[in-house]
Amino acid sequence: MSDTLGTDAAAGRRSRGTPGAGDADSSVPPAPPRAAARRRGRARMRLEIAVLSAPAIITFLAFVILPVALAAYYGFYQWKGYGEPTDWVGLNNYELILTDPAFHDVLWHNGLILALSLVIQGPLAIVLALLLNQRIRGRSAIRVLIFVPYIISEIIVGTGWSLMLQSNGAVNDLLHGMGLGSLEADWIADPDLAIWTLMAIITWKYMGFAVILMLAGLQSIPDEIFEAAQIDGASYWQIQRRITLPLLGPTIRIWAFLSIIGSLQLFDLVYIIWGQYISGTAGTSTMAIYMLAQGRNAGNYGYGSAVAVVMFVISLVVALIYQRFVLRRDLRGAVTEGTV
Amino acid sequence: MSATTATSRASSAPESKAPAGRRDRPQKWGSPVTYFIALLFVGVCIAPVLYIVLGGFRTNAQITTEPAALPHPWVVGNYVGILKSTVFWGEFANSLIVAITSTVGIVALGLMVSFVIARYDFRLKGAMYSLFAAGLMFPMVIAITPLYLVIKDLGLVDNLLGVIIPQIAFGLPTTVIILVPFLRAIPNEIEEAAAIDGMSRLGFFFRMVVPLSLPGVVTVGILGFIGSWNNYLLPLYVLNSQANYTLPLGVQVFSSQYSTDTAKVLAFTSLAMLPALVFFSVFEKRIVGGLTGAVKG
Repeated sequence: MSDTLGTDAAAGRRSRGTPGAGDADSSVPPAPPRAAARRRGRARMRLEIAVLSAPAIITFLAFVILPVALAAYYGFYQWKGYGEPTDWVGLNNYELILTDPAFHDVLWHNGLILALSLVIQGPLAIVLALLLNQRIRGRSAIRVLIFVPYIISEIIVGTGWSLMLQSNGAVNDLLHGMGLGSLEADWIADPDLAIWTLMAIITWKYMGFAVILMLAGLQSIPDEIFEAAQIDGASYWQIQRRITLPLLGPTIRIWAFLSIIGSLQLFDLVYIIWGQYISGTAGTSTMAIYMLAQGRNAGNYGYGSAVAVVMFVISLVVALIYQRFVLRRDLRGAVTEGTV
Repeated sequence: MSATTATSRASSAPESKAPAGRRDRPQKWGSPVTYFIALLFVGVCIAPVLYIVLGGFRTNAQITTEPAALPHPWVVGNYVGILKSTVFWGEFANSLIVAITSTVGIVALGLMVSFVIARYDFRLKGAMYSLFAAGLMFPMVIAITPLYLVIKDLGLVDNLLGVIIPQIAFGLPTTVIILVPFLRAIPNEIEEAAAIDGMSRLGFFFRMVVPLSLPGVVTVGILGFIGSWNNYLLPLYVLNSQANYTLPLGVQVFSSQYSTDTAKVLAFTSLAMLPALVFFSVFEKRIVGGLTGAVKG
């Protein structure tokens, strides 16, 4: 409020000054006040930047960056979590992690989950978003309903699905009732099936989010473009392929990024449904589970911190490669466009 | 960039192909198929949820003999029992307090810093954005052990603030990523017009930016609220006494306490997810419908 008043007053002073002053001296005074105002403006701007960004940055540094930095620090120690870490072991923790077959297993699971999430959810989400973006009845109700799995917490999803997937649970009962009794299985404990069960639950839970994101992306494409294409006689699928998909690119890339990071850091669902021991034998354990089991639950906080660092480095490398890949794709598009 | 390539390609390609007479076909194409797939998708999405909710209306005997059947007869005892328990309502209140304060914090801090990144010119701008963008790589899982030590040093163990403040911090990256493009999309003309009318940068922030970015803010707010409501790991570390438990911890304790009473567990579970569902369905229109509104209009 006071800011607006201040500028108003300054503007008033300036406009009042101009008509009164002669042509000769009016060419001299305007310059210095404007420079002063600019300097004052610069200082003001700095103050505004500081005031507006400080709370977020301080909170973020103290509760996100500092703990992560501490994890990197503890990773060099053999530390049981009491008192100051003193037993410096250098890179020993990292060596143990990278040579541990159990870690190779969880890394493989994370990679599999990442790839399958992209391959299953991406195309499915785009097609469903295209379908739901049409003018159909009950569209808003559909949007609410498909988002439901995403808003339900992992603990509820986990509790519900593990009850349903028990060998004497609802899924097997349903299959039996439909005459598909031969398909009944031990969905959670069978090592051949468990990872697919997990993928099914992940797809079920995060599909709605992907679709809603794609729908939002679709809505940001101006209608005029579609109208123009329609007037030019483009068919429905031509419009989707030539206009919608390329314009949806940024949304797809953001979704894929979120999905990749989420896959690498998956924890809650696996932990709640399988727990740290069964997930090992069922073949669904992830890096985060390994970290918890080998770190906190085993009392080796130093080792657990080192696992956290490895996880972070892997996420970072994957993200950087991804950005390279995406950048190169964008470049290639620009080049072909230039030559054609 | 991709927009220009797409439009130019689009305008050249279709001309040669489809005849002009099919103009209104797109909207009508495959309606029954669309409905069928949409219904199938919706069915898959909500069937497990319905199973949980309906399971709460059954008895354990019903669930054991026929796991996938409807309640017969309907039993309300499970739900009534939980709605009468002070434990549930205490956990409910804790979840609500944590979720509301976290959301307000995330939105307030996130909007301010996003505004700075999006609309001010200064040297550290890029670094600031990268700082928050990098935060996307630090899930709570990675930082949880040292984070717990930080919280302990601040004396916030078994205190709701020990959950709220870290949640705000971890909510900021997503918020910044979502809000910055949003705030950048506000046309410069609006800011110039506001400046000509004598409005300061801050005046512009409160009178123009906040209302214009409302859809983005609502999106961020919903994500923050639901993220907080569903958070399991942090409360698990920070909160020790049952009086301070939030609902996810409550569900876990309840389901291990009553592990033989499946029906009761299902009832507790469905009551625990209800508030997030209600909250979302109230604001849902804003999330999808509103995302573009301010920029377009």
